[in-house]
Amino acid sequence: MPTVVVENLVKDYGTLRAVDGLSFTVEQGEVVALLGPNGAGKSTAVEILEGHRTRTSGQVTVLGADPATGGAAFRDRIGIVLQECGIERELTITEALNHYGACYTRTRPLDEVLELTGLTDLADRRTHQLSGGQKRRIDLALGLIGDPELLFLDEPTTGFDPSARRQAWDMVRGLRTLGTTILLTSHYMDEVEALADRVLVINQGKLVAQGTPDELRAGIADTTLVRFDQPANGGTVQELFGDLTGTATAANNRIEIRTTNPTGDLHRLTDWALKHDQELGHLEVTRPTLEDVYLDLIGGDENE
Amino acid sequence: MNKRPSSLKLLANQIGYQNRRFRRNVMAAFFTLAFPLMFLLLFGALFEGVDIAPGVEVAAAQFYAPGLAVFAAVSATYTNIGISTAISRDEGILKRTRGTPLPPWIYVGGVVGSGIVLAAFGAALMLTVGVLAYGIEFDWANLVPAVLTFVLGVASFSLLGLALASVANSGQSAPALAQATLLPVAFASNIFISVRNDPPAWLGLLGDIFPLKAFADAFFACFDPFRQGSVYEPWLLLRIAAWGVLGALVFWRKFTWEPAVGGPTRSRRRR
Repeated sequence: MPTVVVENLVKDYGTLRAVDGLSFTVEQGEVVALLGPNGAGKSTAVEILEGHRTRTSGQVTVLGADPATGGAAFRDRIGIVLQECGIERELTITEALNHYGACYTRTRPLDEVLELTGLTDLADRRTHQLSGGQKRRIDLALGLIGDPELLFLDEPTTGFDPSARRQAWDMVRGLRTLGTTILLTSHYMDEVEALADRVLVINQGKLVAQGTPDELRAGIADTTLVRFDQPANGGTVQELFGDLTGTATAANNRIEIRTTNPTGDLHRLTDWALKHDQELGHLEVTRPTLEDVYLDLIGGDENE
Repeated sequence: MNKRPSSLKLLANQIGYQNRRFRRNVMAAFFTLAFPLMFLLLFGALFEGVDIAPGVEVAAAQFYAPGLAVFAAVSATYTNIGISTAISRDEGILKRTRGTPLPPWIYVGGVVGSGIVLAAFGAALMLTVGVLAYGIEFDWANLVPAVLTFVLGVASFSLLGLALASVANSGQSAPALAQATLLPVAFASNIFISVRNDPPAWLGLLGDIFPLKAFADAFFACFDPFRQGSVYEPWLLLRIAAWGVLGALVFWRKFTWEPAVGGPTRSRRRR
């Protein structure tokens, strides 16, 4: 049986449907990422799997139990790294780890947890003396102290500087090699590509795509992107677009054409430009990046 | 396969953990212990002995030290539990705890247990200073009623502290709410000044409604040099217990483990 099975999960907040019929599974030992913009319903879905929230409808099974009713026996087997969760400022790192560790049946040895999270040298410092990135590492350490079979990581690197992100990624990769099943949320494409075996793209509470990062890219692998500045004579361009095989969109004074026939479309474009004495400013011809795939899937409203 | 840790061990851990957090929190220690002690020393300097009959004098501290011991105990439970629980909720510590296998009642038991330990320490400190510095007297025959009255009082005020944390919507509003409810009532409750003889009607009413005067009077009964017969005050104890039940109900209905959405503490935590 898979570690996580979600079928038709729905969560309403009043009239707002935050999670809208989500279904997916996570196999043992897999690192799966829920990717989506802010407000897509990722955290709500994960908090339901953690047992922090009740669901409106649907089936959820995590480690063979229903998180809503699993109680202490269920929470004994999971580790949770929440977004923005405080740590007792009065305690040292070692004290905090020992305190939370005492709640679990099995614990991962303290030295090992400190080592994994790079906190060995800070172990006797009070938590309020530490930087934001160091605190996030304590969050991770507290998620690991109970030697979980399944670890939830809710936006593990939001707010990190680039080098701290790399370190966090190394830690997660280290956990994967130890066989821990991980379900993480992120709104960074590069993070998901670096860490996840499988990606579930979520938008407006719905699953819009899933697969390995390569599979996702393959969806528009034969597409080429042609971009250039909006020419001064816009009306004539509109007429031209009817002749192109690709589809054109305009935003921020840039025209973007997605085409599977780049040679023909480029020829028609440049031909038109020369005839009308127009310049195709900052003309680019590129392959789509994973970021483009993602923006495509979520309808380009990443910056909400 | 290892066994799950026993409830008793978990509870002991939780009490130790809350006590440790308290000891390292200078503000909490000041308001809970130093504040009542300051009043005790201040009153000691202001008031002298009371002549109860020609040639028979009783230390004035005999009348106010037990009341200040109750004040310290109420600060350690009602004020301290209310504020520290609201702050822990704001900081996400309660939410983090809910994600561990620790049963919620053991967390709450740790909060209350720690409050009672602190209350006993604070009250013992006031009474010890009272005995050593001002010569108050205690009839050891009253030990059992004094302890039972005290335990009922701190248990009820612990539940009221949990109720306070339940209705305070943030860790910043909790201290204001605690002081705004405790201090006015304390003035009507034989804590700082004696309102035993003919208080204004409204002041008497204030004292009679809320449980602080009941606690102070019931505890003082065990120290009253003029008292004859049983030192138990059943009606006062019932009033204290009724408020404890009310506190438990508010806690049961209103308490949440998660910080209020968009509460003021998000910025605070990003210090």
